[in-house]
Amino acid sequence: MQQRLARGEAAALSELYDRFAPLVHGLAHRVLDDEDAADSTTRDVFAYVWEHPDAYDPRRGPLRSWIAALTQERAAGRLRRQEREGSPEQIEEKVRTASAAARADYIVTSMPASLRAALELAYFQRRDYRQTAERLGVTEDEARRRLRLGLQLLSSATTRGLPAASAAPPRVPPGVGRPR
Amino acid sequence: MARLPRIPTPRKPAEDGDWPARASVPRPRTGAGGDAETAAEPAAGPRTERMERTEQAERAERTARSAPDAPADPDRPAEGAGPDAAPEYDHVLLKSLLGAWALAACSAEETTALESHLTRCGACADEALRLRDAVGLLHHEDSLDLDPTLRSRVLDGCLDRRPARVPIPEWAVPYDAESARLEALLHDMAEAEWRAPVRLRWFDGRASAVRETTVAGVIGHLLAVDGLVAVALGLPDPLAALPLPKAAGPSARTEALWSAGGLPDLEGAFGGVPGAAARPGRAAEARADPEAEAYGGLFTGHAAAPAARAVRARWRDQGHTLLRTISFAGPGVTGLDVAYHDFRLPLKDALLERAFECWVHAGDIAEAVDYPYEPPAGPHLNLMVDLAARQLPGTIAHRRRAGLAAPARRLSAAGAPGRTLHLEVEGAGGGHWYIPLDSPGTAATPEAAVAHVALDGAEFCQLAAGHVPPQEAAAGQEGDREAIRDVLYAAASLSRL
Repeated sequence: MQQRLARGEAAALSELYDRFAPLVHGLAHRVLDDEDAADSTTRDVFAYVWEHPDAYDPRRGPLRSWIAALTQERAAGRLRRQEREGSPEQIEEKVRTASAAARADYIVTSMPASLRAALELAYFQRRDYRQTAERLGVTEDEARRRLRLGLQLLSSATTRGLPAASAAPPRVPPGVGRPR
Repeated sequence: MARLPRIPTPRKPAEDGDWPARASVPRPRTGAGGDAETAAEPAAGPRTERMERTEQAERAERTARSAPDAPADPDRPAEGAGPDAAPEYDHVLLKSLLGAWALAACSAEETTALESHLTRCGACADEALRLRDAVGLLHHEDSLDLDPTLRSRVLDGCLDRRPARVPIPEWAVPYDAESARLEALLHDMAEAEWRAPVRLRWFDGRASAVRETTVAGVIGHLLAVDGLVAVALGLPDPLAALPLPKAAGPSARTEALWSAGGLPDLEGAFGGVPGAAARPGRAAEARADPEAEAYGGLFTGHAAAPAARAVRARWRDQGHTLLRTISFAGPGVTGLDVAYHDFRLPLKDALLERAFECWVHAGDIAEAVDYPYEPPAGPHLNLMVDLAARQLPGTIAHRRRAGLAAPARRLSAAGAPGRTLHLEVEGAGGGHWYIPLDSPGTAATPEAAVAHVALDGAEFCQLAAGHVPPQEAAAGQEGDREAIRDVLYAAASLSRL
């Protein structure tokens, strides 16, 4: 994909969009809570990837994580710029909270489907863990294990960056690809 | 390209380790020092705990990324009841309840036992707080109905900033857009919706016809007919492994695929489904499981979700390959013809026809699962109407030969003006078309119009898709009724399975 983007294949750009637009838009929306701002961030992110296909280093993790980290960074930057009210500390706190929420979304979509299904049943459908076990066709032990592990994964959203982001912050040259 | 994390197979109970147990083997505590919430811990206590937590998180992350089955935890049997545990609720059990507790998903008795334990066990209390905070991060996935116009805005914005060195030809863009829209619809669909019965309707020249299939069956149909374009481009025929009649057209190819219940080589296609490649046992499982009916039932309503996803992946991959091939092929490729059963279309028109079919069948699927689905963008709709309008004269002539249309009224020399129908299509993508009535060879002119039909663009396409019987088309009509009838019936006759 990266090579195809570097070669300037419009068809590769289309594929990139189809594969990642829901992720990018979803994360941006979670941070910014605004449709237009999320649309703009989506444009920003894809424009950046298209204009700088070499910015992604496959050795540092999957493209998906990199794009998620890039999105979160862009969305947080936009949130910071558009916040007019509050002290710098309050704004930073808001950015931090919004970023954690976006990381949590990413973690949920990236966690093994078995864990996601357990959380879905217990939280969104309000089943207890025994019903969850029954619905999933697993032992009660396993249902408890999945719920606990799922939440443990999720709790890392508040303490760390996205998996690839903490290891490899996106190399975004200042002023490139975003209106200032 | 990154793939979604694979879906791990359900673990056998024997493999169930208490996942974080190793990291939190209970430390011996004295009665007072055991209360980490209030009492000062020995210096090593909190530090160890932090380290343990980091380790947990890292392990959790590894699990999330690669999802290997957790090794059976050798520590577990050694982990006995804490000093404070009731006989039926030992520390291990209580700890395992923490996730369920944070989600308010255990029994009242368990909740009481655990909460009493939390006042005595600092490690569990810490984790309980963390997990409860984590619950606050759970969030209903917003219905990701991306604004369908966002795609073209984003892509155009990108291409303005850095023009493509290998662009998608203008005439292939509707196919790119429509296949992406269908893919987005499928992406948003829940598992159960894949089993929804889908009604395919068309007009067979004399009457409305209908066939019922599944979502997977519709995607199989698109795969089979898009395959005609693939073959014209020299790409592999996706149905190569099936016994096909000679010069099989869209219907015969679709029937062949449906009656085969799938593709023999779709087993291999499981590798194309995210996560399946790492599970060599998968295809065998699917075969062994009579419930799954992975192949036999693929298009009859019992489709196993993985098999349905494999068909979808195959269709999508083929679409990507078509666009890529066309992008690299250069202008010469437009000279190619695509052979349908009893007619040929130039590649440009064939791809437009595939875009149209993709929209129509996406609409069929959307209707079956009760999703809204918009018509294509105006400029694309315009091209589709234009293609249909261009096919009308030939179709009228064909129907006339079959005795289904009124005989020509006038014999005009080729190129000379003849009786004309003025087709006015309203709304986005609309326009005016002049259809020669007596023979495809005559010139159609506004002056020679004997009838005028006006209808909405999407309505016209519904007619051309065979979804609206010609006698019921909501069209403003004026002039020669026989001419109008012939054109509306010809429009409906453009449809087929």
